[in-house]
Amino acid sequence: MARSALPIITMVPAIVAGAIVVVLTLGTLIAVALRAEVGSGLGPADWAAVRFTVAQAFVSASLSVGFAIPVARALARRQFLWRRLLITLLGAPFILPVIVAVLGLLAVFGRNGVLNTALAAIGLPEVSIYGFHGVVLAHVFFNLPLATRFLLQGWLAIPAERFRLAAGLNAPVGRLLEWPMLCVIVPGAFLVIFVICLTSFAVALTLGGGPRATTVELAIYEALRFDFDPGRAALLACVQFGLCAIAALVAWRVSAVDALGTGLDRVVQRWDGSRWIDGIWITLAAMFLLAPLSMVVFQGLAGLDDLPAEVWPSIVRSVSVAIVSAFLTVGMALALALQGGRLVAVIGVLPLAASSLVVGTGLFLMIFPFVRPADMALPVTAAVNATLALPFALRAISPAVAATTENYGRLAAQLNVTGWAWVRLVVVPRVRAPLGFALGLAAALSMGDLGVIALFADADAATLPLTMYRLMGSYRMEAAAGAGLLLVAISLMLFWICDRGGRVNVDV
Amino acid sequence: MLTFDGVIIAQGDFHLAADLTISKGLTAVIGPSGAGKSTLLGAAAGFVSLKSGRIVCDASDVTAAQPGARPISMLFQDHNLFPHLTITQNIGLGLRPNLRMTAEETSRVKAAIGDVGLDGFGDRKPGTLSGGQQSRAALARVLLADRPVVLLDEPFSALGPALKDEMLRLVQRTLVDAGKTVLMVTHDPDDAESIADHVVLVAEGAATGPFDTEAVFANPPAALMAYLGTRVSRRS
Amino acid sequence: MQKTLLAVAGLMLATPAFADGHANTLTVYAPDYFGSEWGPGPSIEAAFEAQCDCDLVYQTGDVLPRLLLEGENTEADVVIGLNTDVTKKARESGLLTTHGVDFSGLTLPIDWTDDTFVPFNYSHTAFIYDNTKLDGFDSFDALLDAPDDVRVVIQDPRTSISGLALVLWVNAVYGDESEAAWAKLAPKILTVTKGWSEAYGLFTDGEADVVLSFTTSPAYHIIAEEDLTKSAAIFDEGHYFFVELAAKVATTDNTDLADQFMAFVLTPEFQSLIPTTNWSFPAALPADQWPDGFQSLPVPEKVLFYSEEEAAALRDEAIEAWRAALSQ
Repeated sequence: MARSALPIITMVPAIVAGAIVVVLTLGTLIAVALRAEVGSGLGPADWAAVRFTVAQAFVSASLSVGFAIPVARALARRQFLWRRLLITLLGAPFILPVIVAVLGLLAVFGRNGVLNTALAAIGLPEVSIYGFHGVVLAHVFFNLPLATRFLLQGWLAIPAERFRLAAGLNAPVGRLLEWPMLCVIVPGAFLVIFVICLTSFAVALTLGGGPRATTVELAIYEALRFDFDPGRAALLACVQFGLCAIAALVAWRVSAVDALGTGLDRVVQRWDGSRWIDGIWITLAAMFLLAPLSMVVFQGLAGLDDLPAEVWPSIVRSVSVAIVSAFLTVGMALALALQGGRLVAVIGVLPLAASSLVVGTGLFLMIFPFVRPADMALPVTAAVNATLALPFALRAISPAVAATTENYGRLAAQLNVTGWAWVRLVVVPRVRAPLGFALGLAAALSMGDLGVIALFADADAATLPLTMYRLMGSYRMEAAAGAGLLLVAISLMLFWICDRGGRVNVDV
Repeated sequence: MLTFDGVIIAQGDFHLAADLTISKGLTAVIGPSGAGKSTLLGAAAGFVSLKSGRIVCDASDVTAAQPGARPISMLFQDHNLFPHLTITQNIGLGLRPNLRMTAEETSRVKAAIGDVGLDGFGDRKPGTLSGGQQSRAALARVLLADRPVVLLDEPFSALGPALKDEMLRLVQRTLVDAGKTVLMVTHDPDDAESIADHVVLVAEGAATGPFDTEAVFANPPAALMAYLGTRVSRRS
Repeated sequence: MQKTLLAVAGLMLATPAFADGHANTLTVYAPDYFGSEWGPGPSIEAAFEAQCDCDLVYQTGDVLPRLLLEGENTEADVVIGLNTDVTKKARESGLLTTHGVDFSGLTLPIDWTDDTFVPFNYSHTAFIYDNTKLDGFDSFDALLDAPDDVRVVIQDPRTSISGLALVLWVNAVYGDESEAAWAKLAPKILTVTKGWSEAYGLFTDGEADVVLSFTTSPAYHIIAEEDLTKSAAIFDEGHYFFVELAAKVATTDNTDLADQFMAFVLTPEFQSLIPTTNWSFPAALPADQWPDGFQSLPVPEKVLFYSEEEAAALRDEAIEAWRAALSQ
């Protein structure tokens, strides 16, 4: 039965949400391109940047997904104390502000870091984090949690009966159950992480060790902020969209299904695998992800005393923006998910491919003729953060919304429970868990994002990350570390509250 | 009264033609699985689009109407209750799709809960009720919605024989006695034979009938004979 | 829908403020660090407002990109915090006008006669090190010849003003030999950061031994932290001059107020606020009036500086020398 035969809800909200995304991603790109005057083409250095960008994104995404497989499998089949807490904490790197994370990574893997101090103590040579491998290390640090979540979802989606059946038949679980699941989940997870790595540049620059580690996003920054060459920036942003489009086409040829955010509490009872090997994978992942996080906490504690009063209003601002932005994200994601379809899937990937610099500049050009940009600093930040978080929210709630429509769409249509009543009485309660997860993720991502604020900033309306940068810019590195710790703590707390709130008293 | 007026349904390789009028009382829809029994009901309810023909309810053409706007209630094989809503809310949806009920409506819901023997279960969620109790709740909502045509797409098939019989009797006592037009899919010819006034046969790309139940089982046409197989020969 | 309407209404209400209507409001575009609570912005605002009977408002962020994006519709009356690296582009935009400020009080180490840009503080690019761990370097050659396990962190010339100053500095010292000089420095370069803050953070965290910063950086540690361990290496070959500038916007509708502010920039009142807020040498204040920590700072004898025409002509070549040597 075709779903379109169920006109439970109008297309208007989805059109509005889709329009916001398209305007903020492609619209801003066009606004920047139209502003181009001189415009130089792309030189050999730019193509070198494209090659480096693709290479590091490919390796980073491969390793993230590759390591996530044993980790997710271990988490899926082992029950242990604090498993839930560990899963939440393991997700933390993904929502860390880049600069905080880099400092944490350096505290572990840097020259004076824990690792090299330990190596020196037992007489081994120093390991350098800087270079291609440093960029990859940082990207794996950020994205391993995401990949693990995607895959854990896949494992838990395999019905328990099938594991019982396989165990009863003494059949190889790997080939029979896990391989087909991975074939479905891995391409989608790989695509998302590949695209995230394509558009990252702050990490690449600090850990890349030099101009070899130039990414397309860096070239866009150079073109916009330094050369003031919007034409070149637009051209580079097009290249970036092109790369993402190619990656998406390749991945979609293989599969399109993936999910994020449904319950991870369940442990699948299994009759295979070694407890020891699983334990080692979980320990390794926990150490790799939590050690830098602990260093952020450790270094930040010292700076908490030095925090200036200015930090507190900036926290209020950041949290307000995060909350508004999170609700906007979830509203847009819900509107799009209720509509569904290929076009929605494309819209859901667009923000991943967008350069936040181009988005910020384009938005500035669009808004400036009408409104004083500084007055719009916080609303604009909320809107842009909401859009940038949309892909993750959409992935989290789409499968649940589709399942709700599938199971209850006819009943609702029959009872005339349509439009807003359908959303309020059926969809929202049915998808509460992934909705809470998406809300928390969007809030946390918004907390840490500096994105577009640079052009819109108002001296008196700094967000917490901006305040942290300001502290760094005025030599106050310790206080900045303290602000970084606050940022991490608040982000995690927002995520935890929303995620938890979505799960309490869920009726299956 | 429900009329399939020259209806033709086409979905890929699947075709079903129906040109028949269902009168008040209980009509059973029988036929081999995959022949299109559910599709026939889906077409009446508005979930399956027609290639041609009209659906007419009590003289009004509802072919173009949305499912919720048709004077038709339907119960499905499963997912007849929203698991996150209480029994009172689930039943209340039959009166108010947005659940904003007046005091008078609330008391009518309460009365309907009592009618199907679920007193005291109003604040519970469906998951805490037995299968039979869930079926009664769904039926209570149909009663409350009070639409002239009721379609039952094997909603009791998961119940045990005793419970199922009890539900069928409840249908008889509440819906049929109230003068509704009830169209009920069943895969058990015994059910049809025991309580249906008429029978519609869906087989070989066509819905035929309605036939008088007694007469048709006494002297089945070829298509019904093929479906019933040895059962009939044993009886005769 | 109601929410959408509210948002639209909010936009409408916000619009009147945009008119820049208050005749006695002076809008100053400044870099983020300048306007922040720990920068010179707030104290300068207070000092100026005390004498102008006006309201000084900072708009912080990327000053020049924003001015260029806005063009003639800009709200800015004055821009502050530009560097010599961008003056050519800023001047050619036609968005700035001449200032008419008297330069007789300037105390810069070089001659300054520009009719558009008023310098308000200066420093020199320099390498900072921890004097309890390293002996320092008395020349650029000495740094290049240092053992390869001395770790240096610099900024990217394509994204950072100080990084660009460094490649011009290397060009001024080594000329055609720049690429060879970079090749000698390359093994010691731990990493290249996007901006000054990240690099300096790596240095204070102990990740790097030497950081590209300014001759005035030790003053912060001396005055604010009473920490005497950070020193700037003073090179015989000279140091690249680094100056920050203010300019008047041509389209200002507050010409008198803008002129008043431009003149205010070089007054002792403004200048005396600079050292301990922007951690730089004031552009028009005799050394004997500097705070203690500044008076005792070692300063280079030789100052290297390219005019904006020279810098623009050399820029691509200087960056390419850096890129080629560090990409090996």
